[in-house]
Amino acid sequence: METLFFTIVAAVAVLSSILVITCKNPINSALSLVMTFFCLATFYVMLDAPFMAAIQVIVYAGAIMVLIVFVIMLLNIRSETGKRSNHAVAISSIVAFFVLFETCYFLFRSTAAKEGMGPITSSVVESVGHTELIGKAMYSQFLLPFEITSLLLLVAIIGAVVLSKKKI
Amino acid sequence: MDALLALPPMYYVAMVAKVLIAFVFVLLTVAYATYAERKVIGFMQVRLGPMRTGWYGLLQPIADGLKLFFKEEVVPKQASTFAFLVAPLIALVPAFISFAVIPFGGNVEVFGYTIPLQIASVYDPTVGKVLDLNVGVLYILGMASLGVYGIVLAGWSSNSKYSLLGGLRASAQMISYELAAGLAIVSIFLMSGSLSLNQIVADQAGAFGVAGWYLFRNPFTFLAGIIFFICSIAEINRTPFDLPEAETELVSGFCTEYSSMKYAMFFMAEYANMVTVCAVTTTLFLGGWHGPAFLPGWMWFIAKVYFLIFCCMWIRATYPRYRYDQLMRLGWKVFLPITLVNVVATALWIMVVG
Repeated sequence: METLFFTIVAAVAVLSSILVITCKNPINSALSLVMTFFCLATFYVMLDAPFMAAIQVIVYAGAIMVLIVFVIMLLNIRSETGKRSNHAVAISSIVAFFVLFETCYFLFRSTAAKEGMGPITSSVVESVGHTELIGKAMYSQFLLPFEITSLLLLVAIIGAVVLSKKKI
Repeated sequence: MDALLALPPMYYVAMVAKVLIAFVFVLLTVAYATYAERKVIGFMQVRLGPMRTGWYGLLQPIADGLKLFFKEEVVPKQASTFAFLVAPLIALVPAFISFAVIPFGGNVEVFGYTIPLQIASVYDPTVGKVLDLNVGVLYILGMASLGVYGIVLAGWSSNSKYSLLGGLRASAQMISYELAAGLAIVSIFLMSGSLSLNQIVADQAGAFGVAGWYLFRNPFTFLAGIIFFICSIAEINRTPFDLPEAETELVSGFCTEYSSMKYAMFFMAEYANMVTVCAVTTTLFLGGWHGPAFLPGWMWFIAKVYFLIFCCMWIRATYPRYRYDQLMRLGWKVFLPITLVNVVATALWIMVVG
């Protein structure tokens, strides 16, 4: 049952992510990306991570993609009809190939998949709660990265204000 | 998933029954909310509202539905057809599926099997507790943020100036007010210590009665409740925040080019959103289905939701529409700072008062 469900969602995920790069129209690409994010959220639910699923939908599908659609609409980019630059295609395909290679290399080389379960298993998640686990880890063990990220975001916000204001 | 297969057959029967009852009830409420809106605003403006179809115009929603159903379906030639056709569906579906996590009553015993009156939940007899989605509030926020796609797509795909302006306004407005609404709920998380709606409702019960509701628990949650309701009204584009479909400026905004059933679906989405928002506010701030014992829980829930729907109509009949810069200023410069400070203040209150 679970495998069947996974297969269906995975097929939709692959199909929609192919559509992201093949659609002529930027809005349709953006919508396919939303669909891909939705499938990812479904995978998170199946991995006993409901909090991640909810955040995936709220932040990526709900906020970031709406902004992207907003910008596309504002710029009024129509269907891509002109010939695309060959250099851009070549460089981006090289980068994509390296990312794929790296992912496969670490996936097959890493020991995490072979050594079996870590300390946080499905039963731990069920008894403590996924949200609580993430919260505790983030505010104790990973406090420094968390604070650095928040500082980065603050800098980005101030930068955006400085860029958009003509007179400060 | 495999745990689902091990459940008793009664679980499936109860689940289907709950889904059907809730869906039909929300649909009926949506249909008669249009009638109630016209009547309420009519009375507030010393008019009678619809009177001709049926007794006191009670058949008006059915007549409206039939009329729209038999209208000609028009798709503009220059429109992007696929996006144009799916946009009303994308607007309608998130409005309805938010109801899956809202508890609308206490437990009901049927043939010795306990059924919690909440769609996405099950009673576990071994623990003696109701298990529901433990990120219920986030689920509602997620679905609310998806509703914007319907409107934005409708505006963009119609290939008309007015529609595009409506869609642009809608996306900017909904993103701005989502933030403040989400931050207002954070003070509820602090009070309840849980994201499950069932837990939040249970925490508001108890001997205090009305004083146990989060709205009246402390001054900061009161503020959060008011701001959440206002932001929700802005997020579902109702007057005084109905700029995406401002009739005096944009013809009919994002749904200018729509006709027939598709137009009706946008209307249904708007009213279904209103019902959802009122149900969420009831659950988070007004004690959910709890009330004095002389009426069953689901009746209290319906009464509270209908009161809030009445408030929405009251606001619509009272206030003029905001100007666009005023709307943005209200969202970013008033509500966002207040809710941010409110989160800290609620935390301090919990630390000091308890």
